[in-house]
Amino acid sequence: MTLNAWIPVFALMTSLVAALVIFLLPEKGYRLRTTVNLGAALVKLGLVVVMVWGVFRGVDYGLSFTMVPGVTFVLKADALSMMFAGLSAVLWLLTTIYAVGYLEDSPNRSRFFGFFSLCVASTMGIALAGNLFTFFLFYEMLTLSTYPLVVHRGTEKALRAGRTYLIYTLSGGAVLLLAIAWLHGVAGDLPFREGGHFIDADPEIHRSLILIFILLVAGLGVKAALFPLHGWLPQAMVAPAPVSALLHAVAVVKAGAFGIVRVVYDIYGVEASSALGVLEPLAWLAAFTILYASVRALSQVDLKRRLAFSTISQVSYIILGVSLFGPVAAAGGLVHLLHQGLMKITLFFCAGNYAETLGIHRIDEMDGVGRRMPGTSLAFTIGAFGMIGAPPLAGFITKWVLGSGALAAGMDWVIAVLVLSSLLNAAYFLPILHRLWFREPQASWPEERFWGRLETSAWLFWPPLLTAVMTVMVGVLASLPFSPLSWAELIVLREYSP
Amino acid sequence: MTLWLMAGLLFTPLAWAVLTLLTDFAWGRVVTWGGIVVQVLVSLGLWLAVSRDGGFYYGLGGWEAPLGIELRVDGLAVTFVLLTAVVASACGFHAGVYIDPDKPWHRYFWPLFWFLWSGLNAVWLGGDLFNLYVGLELISLSAVGLVALGGKAAALRASLRYLLAALLGSLAYLLGVALIYGQFGTLSIAGVVFWLEDHPVPAGSGLALALMVTGLALKTALFPLHRWLPPAHGIAQSPVSALLSALVVKASFYIAARLWLELGEPLGNLAAAQLVGLLGSAAVVWGSWLALRQSALKQVVAYSSVAQIGYLFLLFPLTYSVSESVSQQAQQGITLQVISHALAKAAMFLAAGNLILSTGSNRVDALTGVSRFLPFSLFSFGLAGVSLMSLPPSGGFAAKWLLLQASLGSGQWWWVLVLLTGGLLSAAYVFRIYRASFLENSETDEFYHPSRSLEVIPMVLALMAIGLGMVSEEVLSVMALPFEEEGSP
Repeated sequence: MTLNAWIPVFALMTSLVAALVIFLLPEKGYRLRTTVNLGAALVKLGLVVVMVWGVFRGVDYGLSFTMVPGVTFVLKADALSMMFAGLSAVLWLLTTIYAVGYLEDSPNRSRFFGFFSLCVASTMGIALAGNLFTFFLFYEMLTLSTYPLVVHRGTEKALRAGRTYLIYTLSGGAVLLLAIAWLHGVAGDLPFREGGHFIDADPEIHRSLILIFILLVAGLGVKAALFPLHGWLPQAMVAPAPVSALLHAVAVVKAGAFGIVRVVYDIYGVEASSALGVLEPLAWLAAFTILYASVRALSQVDLKRRLAFSTISQVSYIILGVSLFGPVAAAGGLVHLLHQGLMKITLFFCAGNYAETLGIHRIDEMDGVGRRMPGTSLAFTIGAFGMIGAPPLAGFITKWVLGSGALAAGMDWVIAVLVLSSLLNAAYFLPILHRLWFREPQASWPEERFWGRLETSAWLFWPPLLTAVMTVMVGVLASLPFSPLSWAELIVLREYSP
Repeated sequence: MTLWLMAGLLFTPLAWAVLTLLTDFAWGRVVTWGGIVVQVLVSLGLWLAVSRDGGFYYGLGGWEAPLGIELRVDGLAVTFVLLTAVVASACGFHAGVYIDPDKPWHRYFWPLFWFLWSGLNAVWLGGDLFNLYVGLELISLSAVGLVALGGKAAALRASLRYLLAALLGSLAYLLGVALIYGQFGTLSIAGVVFWLEDHPVPAGSGLALALMVTGLALKTALFPLHRWLPPAHGIAQSPVSALLSALVVKASFYIAARLWLELGEPLGNLAAAQLVGLLGSAAVVWGSWLALRQSALKQVVAYSSVAQIGYLFLLFPLTYSVSESVSQQAQQGITLQVISHALAKAAMFLAAGNLILSTGSNRVDALTGVSRFLPFSLFSFGLAGVSLMSLPPSGGFAAKWLLLQASLGSGQWWWVLVLLTGGLLSAAYVFRIYRASFLENSETDEFYHPSRSLEVIPMVLALMAIGLGMVSEEVLSVMALPFEEEGSP
């Protein structure tokens, strides 16, 4: 086997090996653990950069072997997987830095960082999986490795949230397994392939295919927090901030959305899905989720819960984009995979900073925080404006492309959904920004801590600013090659003209 | 050559049993560790021999002399011989450190251990119904003895109950054997198949098969005949529980499966096959539900065995009047389920033993906060749990995948529901343990730390259970080794 076959394996192994090493390190080995963590994150980022360049030039990365009789384990790097892999590699690095600062002096850090690395390994596996079977393998591994992170604090509340999380995700996994096994029975072992497999499907299996599609979306929709399967996400907010950031921006919800993209594009094929008539109901469901979650977000008083409902709403943009039949809308949905990740992780980092530095958890405690923590608040503001869709930030690009795509596809009602959703986003983000910058601060903060020169610990201070800068850059430089938008257009080009 | 290796597998454990009978516990340990090395080497040798020369059949006296010894080795038998070598040696090493050498009655652990191993090999390699019976009895009696070694009154009660169940099972089995002998004039399974090739099926032979399978189901603790298992497996010392759950119940299942695969088509019927599958499904649901409700850690694991055994009996409906490929998928799936359950359950019992040593209590609540002190054993427990939940990439998952395919392929979709619900229910009881251990509670922080070697063994077994899924193709290729009809009747 050539080196190219092994690069995806190496990308996977970096975080697996890091996890093993970290589990075996003593609790007190703070310096070594941080070095291993950051080293692995950097190596992984490097490998992903190599693969992105290679995929752009059309190099084949991949390996496969028979695992169980009849099914193969396939790792493969294509344009779509690079989008997800790139997102997780970049944000893992930043989240690791953040988590090191966040968990300073707290117990069970070996366990935390061990499972944290396992979680990223699973994400990488999901990105690089070359068929549904392999995808499922890492999808379930993700469930298992995030559970200890959700319950990390070990409080009754955390354990309850963990239980809800498991009930939702494991049931979703069972449904997904049923769908995958059934599909395997109907059509055999299908590798992910641009354009899908079912363009010329035998009309006799159409009914099975539609049922399987529904099961697949139901299974994946749990992690993607599609209405009505979203209930676990707001509860999982009790997890430590870096975990929430990772769950919301990269790992869990994106795994679900990414899975749906894979099913529509690389298993069924967008044309076949459209012909089967399954895309339009999916678009309606996504549109409904967008609006419903935004309305729910309005009434949340806890900052992280409001962000959670915002996530539910935003992830459905991806699904909406994919389920509109047309290349432009597709690019809009795909690019949101990255855009939403950047913006949402910024917001969660900031929420974590407020909680760690000032003890602020509720929105009505946030009056005047902008003066005490200007850097964090600036990042928060950029993230919030991005979510609302103010030009030239990342969220604007998404909504613009998505909207023009909907027009091109002749589905004008989507414009109404986009406008309404932007108004709702503004309605739940602007009051927070008003409090941050224009209200008088309270006499004292709930629980203030000091870290010298900066407004908070340097480990916590820089990551949100960096992601905020990226949120601006991906918007301003959207038309340059290798920007998320250009990459999404590359994926769509390969999907629509296989 | 193959014959010598088979004889070695049967008789050397007996020799070690006699040797360890003469020593105390500490010396017995040394002797045993030597014996384990020999057994593992011979088992590997048998594997090499079979993969080079194919399967082998040896009939001493042939089918004319019904009480003659018949030995038979094929890929499946080799698979189980190897599995036994792995699990038994792990339990043997663990027991050497775990079991308290100061209690005088513990010196009988080693002889019983070796009798058990010998009986297991006799079952894997036996070719005729009577010798299979001898092997089964050897297993049952030594297993009952091992449970009684727990020493307390409850252990004696559990072992008596176990003895009663085992004897009843044997009785039913023997009755069936007698009927078979009366109808076919032979005790060799191959002989019966041979006879049926040019004779019609005699009336009443279905009853013989039903009796044998019922007796074996009782010994395997199939629902609703499972009541003896949880007390016995729960009260025994952890290495003993591991041996019992991992291997002992598999022996009687192995015979039932062999009988069904050889004689099921001519002697069985569809209703019986579906009934057995239904009982297996009930075991999955009921066993998991009870596992969820136990307050003692080892009882949770024991009831989990009842549930996991249920899956095995899906073999019956999934191989009866189905296409060749579905039947093969089902057989492969069940074989993987046997292997992965053996590895995972042994790991789980051994890890549970460590957790109990550490907290000093068998209660699930006592695990509060243990994740900070014994993460390694807890992690082994969890990894074994992943295989029991049949999540990827474990062997349990590969097994479930094949069984799903077999169910869908034969149109028996109702088993799909059983497989999926069973997975979720097992997740519920495994995570209940995890949940208890993650709870942060500063009151209890006195934990005894068991020695490293006790912690490493379950981890190795659990990793094997997890890794099995990735290499299941290779493992199944041992099972598919060709069978040379050399010297067959």
